[in-house]
Amino acid sequence: MLAYSLRRILVAIPTMLLIIAVAFFMMRLAPGSPFDTERALAPEIRAQLMAYYGFDKPLFFQFLDFLKGLVTFDLGPSLIYKDQSVSEIIGSGFPVSIVVGLSALILAAGIGIPLGLIAALKQNTAPDYTIMAIAMAGICIPSLVVGPILSLVFGVYLGWLPTAGLDLGEMTVPTLLLPVVTLSLAQIAIISRLVRSSAVEVLRSNFVRTARAKGLPEIQVLSKHALRAALLPLVSYLGPACAGLITGSVVVETVFQLPGIGKNFVTSALQRDYPVVMAVVVLYAGLIILLNLLADLAYGLLDPKVTYE
Amino acid sequence: MTLLAMPGENAALLNAAVAGRSLWDDARRRLFRNKAAVASMFILGLLTFVAIFGPLVWMHKFDTIYNDRVMIAPTLENWHIFGTDPQGRDLFVRLLLGLRMSLAVGLVATGVSLLIGVLWGATAGYIGGQVDQVMMRIVDVLYALPFIFFVIILMVIFGRNLILIFVAIGAVEWLTMARIVRGQTISLRKKEFVEAAEAAGVSSTGIVTRHIVPNVLGPVVVYVTLTIPAVILTESFLSFLGLGVQEPMTSLGNLISIGAREMEIAPWLLIFPAATMMITLFCFNFIGDGLRDAIDPKDR
Repeated sequence: MLAYSLRRILVAIPTMLLIIAVAFFMMRLAPGSPFDTERALAPEIRAQLMAYYGFDKPLFFQFLDFLKGLVTFDLGPSLIYKDQSVSEIIGSGFPVSIVVGLSALILAAGIGIPLGLIAALKQNTAPDYTIMAIAMAGICIPSLVVGPILSLVFGVYLGWLPTAGLDLGEMTVPTLLLPVVTLSLAQIAIISRLVRSSAVEVLRSNFVRTARAKGLPEIQVLSKHALRAALLPLVSYLGPACAGLITGSVVVETVFQLPGIGKNFVTSALQRDYPVVMAVVVLYAGLIILLNLLADLAYGLLDPKVTYE
Repeated sequence: MTLLAMPGENAALLNAAVAGRSLWDDARRRLFRNKAAVASMFILGLLTFVAIFGPLVWMHKFDTIYNDRVMIAPTLENWHIFGTDPQGRDLFVRLLLGLRMSLAVGLVATGVSLLIGVLWGATAGYIGGQVDQVMMRIVDVLYALPFIFFVIILMVIFGRNLILIFVAIGAVEWLTMARIVRGQTISLRKKEFVEAAEAAGVSSTGIVTRHIVPNVLGPVVVYVTLTIPAVILTESFLSFLGLGVQEPMTSLGNLISIGAREMEIAPWLLIFPAATMMITLFCFNFIGDGLRDAIDPKDR
């Protein structure tokens, strides 16, 4: 298993390099520059700026410089917010995104798993149909619709919760409730459908029949034999789920005006703040690769049939 | 004993048996018994028809600005049945236009993903061996990319080019398609009924058209119906961030983002586009689920 992890990590390094290279050259070869402000800069000033940030060097050397910066965790200052370094921007946005994303994932698992199990146990009866209808709604009603409507109802009409804005100092339950709920709805739907279909299959399988034939009480059949097998596909869903949460967080952060990293990314990309954009891409790509690896390893630990050769 | 008859006769017999009630006949029967799917097909057909022809006959044009009627609530006066937007344009006709755009993006981008995915997956599955290994490894690597970021970067760089939106989203969505097609191709090559057909002397064209294609087609059709709503979502998500379709053209996501901005004073600007989008997505998903149950009724 150690060898397997090592090999996966070795594969991840060229993958990361590829991602970094694609993103880097795509941004740089494109027309437009961070110094295209409303007022045209004098050519001398522009040249000085370019030299200061190293943009006058050949592109390949800039790439090497960037890699060096990445390894030493020093990507220099942001091109737009001159008084902030890239690390500071990431450092202030990332915690917000992580808190929102993780809470949403926990909420989604906490609600989605029981719903899926109930639906599977009551297959083709009223509770099953109700739960699957709810799940369908969760998949069909996108966060860019749910977010504004929730904030309209609970924030504006009822006035129970703050609609937007969140200072880093006060990440409180009321400010985070709406974003987290919005983000988790689609995941609840997907998780409950996933759990239902795998649980349906497991409940029909031979080892469950054997357990029942042995005369085990139903509760033990479910908790000892069926549950573990039914939840296995969920583990490998962790990677895609994380990616989904990241994508979703861009919308949620925009709707609720959260100073998270997703919102940062969009504004930075629009302003061509190269170092910030690159940092976010690298961070998330690394995160997704890491989570996929962890999910695969966890799968191996939980499923004795899987061996790492 | 017919089994000992000539291979040709046997094949003819097999064909006759299949012609009696084919896989697709069965699937169609099951699909049309699914009320949600049938209703969805009807509603979606209606929506598509209105979205295509509605703007041609409606009394307001999508880019006509009425300076004296900015953000008025839905009213029968002047036939602004869904009200007007912040620029004073009729919301109903813009909604139809947005729906048309979203449907177009959904279909074209799904077509792109279908083309790449089927070719890639079928090639990998059919050739197998080292080629398969390399091709699927590439898919694995691409899966790890935070794609939405790349789409955003593309949009920012090349401007909000419509064709680019189609291609970029299609290029993102083909991965799962490739995996499905490859898996199907590989498993089918070893299936007993393919061996049986081979043994019975059915020609390879016959095997491909009668056995391989229909069996690959099933999951592909299902996945296509589920990809279309996913693509519509991605596009609306880009438009929501201001990176999608550009004014005066519009899409559902674009309308929703305007609605979200103005919802406190003009809730109809959010409600109508949001409802349209949800109905469209519901229809596609119901049809997709119905198709899946019809073609592969294992889960029910």
